[in-house]
Amino acid sequence: MSSRVWRLLKTYTVLVYGFMFAPIVVVLILAFNNSQFGGFPIEGFSLRWFYELAENEAIIRALRTSVTLGMLTALIATTLGVLASMALVRYQFRGKQWITTFLISPVLVPETVLAVGLLIFLRWLHMPRSFGLLLIGHSIIALPFVVLVVQARLIGIRRDYEEAARSLGASPVQTFFQITLPLLMPAVFAGALFAFTISFDNITATIFWRPSGMETVPTQIFGMLRNSVSPEINALGFVMICITVGLPLLAGGLARYFSRRKV
Amino acid sequence: MARVELKSVRKQFGPVVAVHGADVVFEEGSFTTLLGPSGCGKTTILRMVSGLEKPTSGDIEIGGNRINDVPIHKRNLGLVFQNYALFPHRTIGENIAFGLKYRDVPKSEMARKVTEALDIVRLPGVEDRYPSQLSGGQQQRIALARAIVIEPDVLLLDEPLSALDANLREEMRVELKTIQDRIGVTSIFVTHDQSEALAMSDKIIVMSAGRIEQVGTPEEVYNTPASEFVAGFLGAANLLQARVINRDATHVVLETAEFGQTPVPLSHAATLGQSNDAKLMVRAEKLTLGPKGSDGVAAKVEAVDYQGQLARYFLRVGDTQLQAMNMIDGAPFGAGETVALSMNPDACAALPVGGPA
Ligand SMILES: Nc1ncnc2c1ncn2[C@@H]1O[C@H](COP(=O)(O)OP(=O)(O)OP(=O)(O)O)[C@@H](O)[C@H]1O
Ligand SMILES: [Mg+2]
Repeated sequence: MSSRVWRLLKTYTVLVYGFMFAPIVVVLILAFNNSQFGGFPIEGFSLRWFYELAENEAIIRALRTSVTLGMLTALIATTLGVLASMALVRYQFRGKQWITTFLISPVLVPETVLAVGLLIFLRWLHMPRSFGLLLIGHSIIALPFVVLVVQARLIGIRRDYEEAARSLGASPVQTFFQITLPLLMPAVFAGALFAFTISFDNITATIFWRPSGMETVPTQIFGMLRNSVSPEINALGFVMICITVGLPLLAGGLARYFSRRKV
Repeated sequence: MARVELKSVRKQFGPVVAVHGADVVFEEGSFTTLLGPSGCGKTTILRMVSGLEKPTSGDIEIGGNRINDVPIHKRNLGLVFQNYALFPHRTIGENIAFGLKYRDVPKSEMARKVTEALDIVRLPGVEDRYPSQLSGGQQQRIALARAIVIEPDVLLLDEPLSALDANLREEMRVELKTIQDRIGVTSIFVTHDQSEALAMSDKIIVMSAGRIEQVGTPEEVYNTPASEFVAGFLGAANLLQARVINRDATHVVLETAEFGQTPVPLSHAATLGQSNDAKLMVRAEKLTLGPKGSDGVAAKVEAVDYQGQLARYFLRVGDTQLQAMNMIDGAPFGAGETVALSMNPDACAALPVGGPA
C-alpha cells in the first residue's frame, strides 16, 4: 500500500480511538472539577465530589450491592465454569457438542431476550424477583466467559501431569486439587475477574431482574441521570473505572510477580 | 516387583484396532521392551497395564491378580513419560515425595527416601529447585526418581529417552539400565529405537500394526527374525527371493538367483514352515567385500556411505540391489568398482514370504 493510504488509515484509527476514549477522559477530568455543575469549564481541582459520594447513602448501598453481587457471581460462575470445562475437555460423553453450545449461548442471545426469558420462566414458577434471581442471571451471563478462558488453558495442560499423579496414588479428586487446579489457577483467576467485571458493569439485564428498591451502581447512575447530571456521577464513574480497569491490571501484575518467583 | 501377564488383550478405539489379541508375559524383575514403528500399539499396551486405558477384551494380571477393574491409583506402578511430566508448580523434593504422601510414610522417613532417590539418579541436593530450572536429562532423572521412590511393582517407561539429544540418550540408557538392574523392578520399556531396544532389553517384543511379530532376546530377534518385518526393522537386512530346494536334519537349502545354493541352519529357519517359497535374509554386516577376482559373487559398487571406521556399500548383483556394511581395512572400495561378495551361510536366516507363518 502507498504511504498516503497508510497515513489515512493511521489518522482514521487515531480518530476512532479518540472518539471512543474521549468521553472517558472527560469523565475522569470532570470528577476532580470544583464546579457546581457536572461540566466544563474547569474551576479548579477538588475532591469534594468524592466526599459527597462517600456520604450519599443510596450510592454506598448500590456500591455494596454491586460488589456483593459481583463477588458472588464470580464465585458461582467460576466454580461452575471450572467444573464444566473439566467435563468438556477431560471426559468423553454423548451430546458434548450440544452442551458446549448451550453453555456458550448466553453470549449469542441478545441480553434483553435472555432477561425477558428468565423473567417469564420465573413467573411460570410463581417466584418473585429477588437478589437470588439477579445472582442466577448474572452467573448465566458470566459463565460462557469463564468457560472459554478456563477451557483454553485446560487444553494447554498436558494430561501427563494428571496421569503421573494418578499413577503415584492420587485419586481423581486429589489429582484435581493437587495438580489440575493449581496449574489452572491463572485462568481461574482471570475467569473470576471477568465474571466480576461483567456483573459489575451489567445494566440491561439488571434492570429487568432487580427487585423493586434494589439498585446496583449502574442502575443507580441511570436513575440519577434522569434528574440531572450531578458531578457526583463523574466521581462515581472514576471509581467504577478504577475498579473495572484497575483490578485486572493489579491481578495481572500479581500473577506475573508470583510466576517469576516460582516457576 | 511382580510378573505381568496379558491374556488375549485386545483394544479398539472406535473402528481402529490398536491391539489385536496380545498374549505376553513380562517376567518378574525383567526388562522388556516393546519395539515397533509409530502407531503399532506400544503405548496402548503400556497404558492398559497402567490402567489409563481399559482393554476392550482380555485380562491383565499383575503378580497373578487380575487387575482389569483396579483403578490406576491403586495399582502401585511407576510411570515415566517422554515429556517427563514433572509437576511444574512443585519443587523437585515435592515432586519426588508426591507418591509417598499416599503411602503412610512418616515425614522423617519421607525426607530420607527423597534424598536416597536423588542419590540413585545421581542428582543430590536439588530438592528445592523447580523442574524448569533443570535440563531435560536432569528432569528425566527426577521423573525416574519419582517413579521408583514408591517402590512400584512395575515400572512403565514410554519412550523416556526420545526427548533427549543423541549423546545424552546413550548415556542415560546405560544409567537407566544400571538403576533397573540394581533395584530389580519389573520394567516395561517402549521405544521405536532399535539400538535402545537391543542394548537394554532382557526381552524384546517386536510389534507391527497392533500385532506381536516376535518375542525373544535381543540376539534371537536380531539373528533369527521371525518375519520379513522384524528382519527389516532391526538393523540393515538384505531379503532375497528364494526357493527351498532341499531340507535335511540340520539344514534348509535355499536357492537364490544371486548366491546360488545356500544351506541355512534349521535353527535359523524356525518360522519357515513347509512352503517352498522363502526369503533369504543376509545382514548387511555379514556380506563381505573382497577385491575383484577373489572368492565370491561379482558385484558392482554403486555408492559408498563413509562412516569413519565403517563403510556402508550399495551394491548391485544382476538386477538386485544389496547393502553391505564392512569395517574399513586400508582404503574403502570406491563407487564403480567391481568386487567379489561373499557370506557365511550360518549367519543367514530363512524366512517365510510375507507375514509370520
Ligand atoms: N485415544 C485414542 N483414540 C483413538 N485412537 C487411538 C487412541 N490412542 C491410540 N489410538 C490409535 O491406536 C493406534 C496405536 O497407537 P499407540 O499410541 O499405541 O501407538 P505407538 O506404538 O505408541 O506409536 P508411537 O511410536 O507413535 O508412540 C494408532 O493407530 C492410534 O491412532
Ligand atoms: Mg507411543
